[in-house]
Amino acid sequence: MQGITKRFGQVIANDNVSLEIRRGEILALLGENGSGKTTLMNMLSGIYAPDGGQIFIDGNEVTIRSPREAFDLGIGMIHQHFKLVDVLTAAENIILGLKEPGRLNLDAVAKRVREICEAYGFDVDPQQKIYNMSVSQKQTVEIVKVLYRGVDILILDEPTAVLTPQETDRLFAVLRNMKKDGKAVVIITHKLPEVMAVSDRVAVLRKGHNIGCVKTSETTQQELVNMMVGHATTLDISRAQPKNPQPRITVTDLTCVDKDGVKRLDKVSFVANSGEILGIAGIAGSGQRELLESIAGLCPVQSGSIVYTPEEGGEQNLLGMDPLAIKNAGIAMAFVPEDRLGMGLVGSMGMTGNMMLRSWREGKGPFVDRKHPQELAKQLWKLLEIATPGTEYPVRRLSGGNVQKILVGREIASSPSVLMMAYAVRGLDINTSYVIYDLLNEQKDKGVAVIYVGEDLDVLLELCDRILVLCGGQVSGIVDARTATREQVGLLMTQIRKEGEQHE
Amino acid sequence: MSEHSPMDSREPLLRIAKRDALPFWKNWAIRLAAVVLALLVCAVVVYATVKLSPLKVYAAMWSGAFGTVRRSWVTVRDAMLLLCVGIGLAPAFKMRFWNIGAEGQILIGGIVTAACMIYWGNSMPTSLLLVVMFLVSALAGAVWGFIPAFFRARWNTNETLFTLMMNYVAIQLTSFFVSKWEHPIGSNSVGIINIDTRAGWFPTLFGQQYALNVIIVLCLTLFVFFYLRSSKHGYEIAVVGESERTAQYIGLNVKTIVMRTMLLSGAICGVSGFIAVSGVSHTISTVTANGRGFTAIIVAWLAKFNAFVMVLISFLIVFLERGASEIASQFNLSEYAAKILTGIILFFIIGSEFFINYRIILRGRKEKKSSCSK
Repeated sequence: MQGITKRFGQVIANDNVSLEIRRGEILALLGENGSGKTTLMNMLSGIYAPDGGQIFIDGNEVTIRSPREAFDLGIGMIHQHFKLVDVLTAAENIILGLKEPGRLNLDAVAKRVREICEAYGFDVDPQQKIYNMSVSQKQTVEIVKVLYRGVDILILDEPTAVLTPQETDRLFAVLRNMKKDGKAVVIITHKLPEVMAVSDRVAVLRKGHNIGCVKTSETTQQELVNMMVGHATTLDISRAQPKNPQPRITVTDLTCVDKDGVKRLDKVSFVANSGEILGIAGIAGSGQRELLESIAGLCPVQSGSIVYTPEEGGEQNLLGMDPLAIKNAGIAMAFVPEDRLGMGLVGSMGMTGNMMLRSWREGKGPFVDRKHPQELAKQLWKLLEIATPGTEYPVRRLSGGNVQKILVGREIASSPSVLMMAYAVRGLDINTSYVIYDLLNEQKDKGVAVIYVGEDLDVLLELCDRILVLCGGQVSGIVDARTATREQVGLLMTQIRKEGEQHE
Repeated sequence: MSEHSPMDSREPLLRIAKRDALPFWKNWAIRLAAVVLALLVCAVVVYATVKLSPLKVYAAMWSGAFGTVRRSWVTVRDAMLLLCVGIGLAPAFKMRFWNIGAEGQILIGGIVTAACMIYWGNSMPTSLLLVVMFLVSALAGAVWGFIPAFFRARWNTNETLFTLMMNYVAIQLTSFFVSKWEHPIGSNSVGIINIDTRAGWFPTLFGQQYALNVIIVLCLTLFVFFYLRSSKHGYEIAVVGESERTAQYIGLNVKTIVMRTMLLSGAICGVSGFIAVSGVSHTISTVTANGRGFTAIIVAWLAKFNAFVMVLISFLIVFLERGASEIASQFNLSEYAAKILTGIILFFIIGSEFFINYRIILRGRKEKKSSCSK
């Protein structure tokens, strides 16, 4: 790719970017949020057309107008959000949209799928329906889908964001097999350890420019971070000793059952203290979401108790209260949910409208007060350096980091006594992540009980005071984050506590 | 950019790019251009098919809608009625509650209005009767709107089908009352109610027969405009419409809001029935609503629920309808020929929304800096 330029309105997503992808090699594409990684790859896979520049494949200049043409040229992309039909089987999804001569022979397709799986070490049952699959299986289907089409340039957009460490290792093994097979692999990621582990070369993008391309074996994580952010950022997160921790939220034997009758939480007990960050670790889907939502009053609870102890003493059982009842009881609970635009914010509204989500009930009379929320929006805009054209600009159009800043900013502005965050830095670049960590530490310092659900073990170990590990809806252990090791937490994540065994 | 030229030849002919928000006047310039284009296309169609002078046809359309004072008032009257249904639908649609049942809500409002006129016409002064009819028609419409909302909130039924089916119930009820109130016997219609006493008819205000229609509808329009824009209820409706999860997250009771909003939506549609019977036709029949419950959906959506824009769109649609029927009668064309013209014009207007949100880049055309920076 040479001199590629792409604009979206006023924003230049890629400015004169040149990139070389080689066969038999894994190239990592690294960059902060909004640095143009995905845009660049979308142009290669035919989703966008570049506004300028040329693309050569094996020395021939090509124009890629659609994903189908990209396939014809042997380019396939695995997107962050899977594009599969839930009610069809893996094999049916794989051949969907293909024009093959003759009648459709699903058995032959299944056979071919099995061959591909064997060749690269995948584990997929062609007859299994998509809706029965785990996230990592769905991803595998996506990869097999492009391989089935005879792709030899494979692009993966943040493939590990949804995977557990074990699944990530398995994926990397598959990618190495492809490399051996002479295919070119491009992996878009934020995670430096993964870059170091799997790639041969690293290309770093910053603000739409290609900063440089280096051999992975000749670089260090620190050097890559410097290239990404433009200035050195220390990797360590500050952590103060908790000041006078008091029990704030006491959860006892909490059990939750979902619509299908599956136990999502099974007798979960723990205490969240004020002035402390309690980390929650676990493989995705181990009950983290249900835990936070049941404390926030959003998830029906089958049994157990959730007791809130305010600073001045006394007790209040939160069980059976909805968010409004909790607010009316004078409990300032802030909750940054996992699904930012689908739950925490309203995408079509501007910052002001989103600030109002927490304050619109205030004031007498039937009319809403827009003035104070607007002032708050302006304050946050400056304070958190949110990149938006204005406080009325729809937040849906902002990048993920800015959306999260708005959400976290609003929740903290309500001066909470309990702050819950789910995957607070998921998809954010390093700078924004540190802004969020600082905000969390600030709240901890103020005596807020912080509950932080995270996926990056290193961050959990460096940021939190204690870590609660969930596994299959049960608490498999609570450890001191200062002394615990990665291996210890990782082990707990995969180990369900035995029946009758006591825990702290 | 020197690399640009070799690519041009194989670049796709047309590309589509999302626009930034356009300034207010440009939006309207595009819409205006759409109307002009539509008129040009219509002119070609008219000339090619029936060999009439397009200018004459347009003149006839204009005179059909605004040719005389009387015709202008009829246009105003019809636009107000359509607008009333439109503003009734706006809160429901803004909440993404697909209220296809305005037709039924209008009829139910109309039935109770007719009942009041027939049974209380001689025992109540008209001014009091009007107030009573306003209230009962609103109540009846509200009940009609509430039923599907309740079922949706309680058992999660599909409101699109439910409201649609409620229309047929309302039509059957209307048939029943038409035969009950039949006058004269055997005519299979209710006839003009209170034709001698004019009891329960809208009075002539300021020398105008339809002044009260305008006043009631414009008051409701103002109410809905501020209700949706700056009231707490309006904010709640916007949040529920955008994401029910977000609404729950901030402690809103989605079910209550759905039922409350449908009460309001149904009530305003019921009032449209009151206006249609008491202020326009002075009779009731199964065609009293005359498809307005569906046309008004276009009004609400095209205006993006802005009550003031709805005024404009109601006028446009009524103007087209009346103009079309005028050319049909004046030039002896079939009603359908006129409807084709209406269709072309609406197509262009709806299509212009695409050009407001996107721009098209021709092959080889460099993007102008000016188009990027407003």
